[in-house]
Amino acid sequence: MLQLERRPLPSPLMQWASPLIALMLTVITGYLIFMAMGRDPLRSLTFFFITPLSSAYGWAELGLKMAPLLLCAAGLTLCYRAKLWNIGAEGHLLMGALGASIVAVELRGHSGAWVLPLVLLAGMAFGAFWAGLAAGLKTRFNANEILTTIMLNYIALNLLVYAVHGPLRDPFGFGFPQSVMFSDSALLPKLIAGTRLHIGWLFGLLAAVAVWVVLARSFIGFQLNVLGQDSRAAEFAGFHQRWLVWFAFLVAGALAGLAGASEVTGPIGQLVPHVSVSYGYTAIIVVFLGRMHPIGIVAASALLALTFLGGEMLQIAMNMPKSITQLFQGLLLFYLLISDAFIHFRLRFKPAVPAPVTTENAMTTQEG
Amino acid sequence: MMPSAVRLKLDSITKEYPGCRANDGVSLEIKAGEIHALLGENGAGKSTLMKVLYGVVQPDGGSIIWDGKPIQVESPAHARQLGIGMVFQHFALFETLTVAENIALGLPAYQSRDRAKLDATIREVSQRYGMALDPRRYVNTLSTGEQQRVEIVRCLIQESTLLILDEPTSVLTPQEVDTLFDTLRQLAAEGCSIVFISHKLREVRALCHTATVLRQGRVTGECRPADVSVDDIARLMVGNHTPLQTRVSAAEPGAPLMQVQELSHRTKDPFGTALRAINFDLRAGEILGIAGVAGNGQDELLRALSGEIRSAAQSVVLAGANIGNRSPGQRRKLGLAVVPEERLGRGAVPTLSLMHNTLLTAYHQGLLTGPWVRYGRVRELALRICDAFGVRSAGIHSPANSLSGGNLQKFILGREALQKPRVLVASHPTWGVDVGSAVAIHEALVELRDQGAAVLLISEDLDELYQLCTRIGAICAGRLSPLAPTSQVSIEQLGQWMAGEFESSDSEEAGHVAA
Repeated sequence: MLQLERRPLPSPLMQWASPLIALMLTVITGYLIFMAMGRDPLRSLTFFFITPLSSAYGWAELGLKMAPLLLCAAGLTLCYRAKLWNIGAEGHLLMGALGASIVAVELRGHSGAWVLPLVLLAGMAFGAFWAGLAAGLKTRFNANEILTTIMLNYIALNLLVYAVHGPLRDPFGFGFPQSVMFSDSALLPKLIAGTRLHIGWLFGLLAAVAVWVVLARSFIGFQLNVLGQDSRAAEFAGFHQRWLVWFAFLVAGALAGLAGASEVTGPIGQLVPHVSVSYGYTAIIVVFLGRMHPIGIVAASALLALTFLGGEMLQIAMNMPKSITQLFQGLLLFYLLISDAFIHFRLRFKPAVPAPVTTENAMTTQEG
Repeated sequence: MMPSAVRLKLDSITKEYPGCRANDGVSLEIKAGEIHALLGENGAGKSTLMKVLYGVVQPDGGSIIWDGKPIQVESPAHARQLGIGMVFQHFALFETLTVAENIALGLPAYQSRDRAKLDATIREVSQRYGMALDPRRYVNTLSTGEQQRVEIVRCLIQESTLLILDEPTSVLTPQEVDTLFDTLRQLAAEGCSIVFISHKLREVRALCHTATVLRQGRVTGECRPADVSVDDIARLMVGNHTPLQTRVSAAEPGAPLMQVQELSHRTKDPFGTALRAINFDLRAGEILGIAGVAGNGQDELLRALSGEIRSAAQSVVLAGANIGNRSPGQRRKLGLAVVPEERLGRGAVPTLSLMHNTLLTAYHQGLLTGPWVRYGRVRELALRICDAFGVRSAGIHSPANSLSGGNLQKFILGREALQKPRVLVASHPTWGVDVGSAVAIHEALVELRDQGAAVLLISEDLDELYQLCTRIGAICAGRLSPLAPTSQVSIEQLGQWMAGEFESSDSEEAGHVAA
């Protein structure tokens, strides 16, 4: 009989092997699914995982998708280390995009180096404000952050949709729900000419490094860790739990807001209803796949960025549905959660009936 | 064939857990009507042996012979069927059900169906053994001692012929202990065998006919407790190289460092205890002991002093500052150090390293520059703690939950003591700690006292309190008894205080402090 048995100590090997096992199982399952769909599974997998990266342009596109994922994931890492289950990066991101767009549209006539920082700051402020709502509800009313942040995501989306249909709509845009194109002074500089990759990617890397430093070196990072591992010890030690909640949420909000601002000032160049292809939700997978560690989330954000590119590639090359991306992301999270169980547990074969005690043992005499 | 008088024989029981051999060829024999002590320090393998016997775990080797027949105990239900009953240290009772309902839950249907009959049985059994119980009362209205009776009566109604009691006296006042012992003696006289697990040697000598001593999973000796000295038994438990007791010199108390004035706290927890108008002075250079049966407000008192519970500003005064409403961090800055009852999960974060656990409460000790942690200094302090207090571990990077209870407690006490506190509050610091570590912890408390710190020691271990404390008192139902020099308080007097009998005599001391 197979039984799950708790390990005496969590396995450090499984801690890091688990994402790789999950990836492997995802690929195998993908293979089977393509086969069941009647497609050539090897060719499909190649289109999904390899083809997008076969050109320099492809790598640039990967970086482009990585940027928002990494920014959102960096902030969520702080929250999740403290076991604050902020699911609201999507909402923070959308509000960031909205805030940046408002300022960018207002400042359309202006040029100057100060325009872009102001636009980005507005995005961060809006994102932080949106996260702050959830933080306030949690610290003031002890409202569950999972519920509040999910609900705030939908409110943010509707606010954004209202803005592009109403106050921010381009009056000469033939009624399309989109804002005017931003002026050049409000656009992010390109990182590599001839591609769409902009400096938002660097923001993402910088955020990951900053979060790393905060977690590894700062006292507040230590306090967040303690809060997540053992909230009663945090209380005993006298840490200000409310401040910690506010800190984690505000940083997560600002970074996700920056992600939103970078999207509208980067590849899009205006506010549209579909700013995000659920980057904020995908970032949750990134954080768990990256083991809540800054280096891990950089690697994981690249992998999840690839699922977006691969999905598009299959859509174009093999005429498959767009939901292939979500399918692979879901499989990855599903298998990750399963493999993560083996960090704390292991499988053991056990005989269904307890082994009979042998007479040999029973005859042994007692030793002092 | 075994002689019929032997009720239970364990032969070479071996049980291995990953990384530790909890029982290593343990054998023992218990006759009908015998009270048999199972002695040993924490981690000696007593609980594992009893889990094997009660069918909670299966042994890896060895045999169990019950009434002359080799058996396999497949589950606790099977054990109860055989006539083996167990009273756990932490009671397995539903607080919101009545006594009779709790007992009915463990009985087969034919016994539990007729409630009137069951009530009668409970009354009869409990009266016969001097353990008055009302079957209709709700368990949450019972005292701890009464809850224990429910557990024992439950075993008796199941017609147990072997009763296992796991540290049964740790939750009782001295008077309640006497009553329990009378009951157990009567049961034994009627032929019931009893396994009495304990590390309180005096009690074992007073009650038990025979004793088996375990150390590190092996039997290190068997004896008739009445015929040997307490020290002899202790030697069998801890080996030859451990000091058994701290020598405590006389204290020289100085000026009051901490005043607690009319400290009250209403608890939101339905099973918590409210603190009611607690008054005392804690002087420099003294150890003040507070005895009490578990759950009488000790935890609430510690929290109110540590800052985890806030109260009126002037209800706690530390070195002249009103700190009743301050946060734990602010109190630490003023020189308060606290050793809580729970080592893992409050005193230390289980999954974090000793180094990080050093930072947990010692962060005021120059370990920070602005928002940054100076991990070099943290490492130094962690090494200093482990060195000065003999903390045995795989190094300061090993997680707190990898240490034994005694070593972790030495680490926590060391962390607090090296902060040079003005006032140290410690709750049950030697609970579940091996004798060697307990001596080290006692020495550290006395040393702090001699350096002029004030120590408040909350403990259920009366031996410990009498040995260390300058003054002593007891807490009962959230009220503090009068405090008096330890030498003037007899154990009977303290027992009465623990039972709450001090209403008439407390006016003098309380009036004095409040003035």
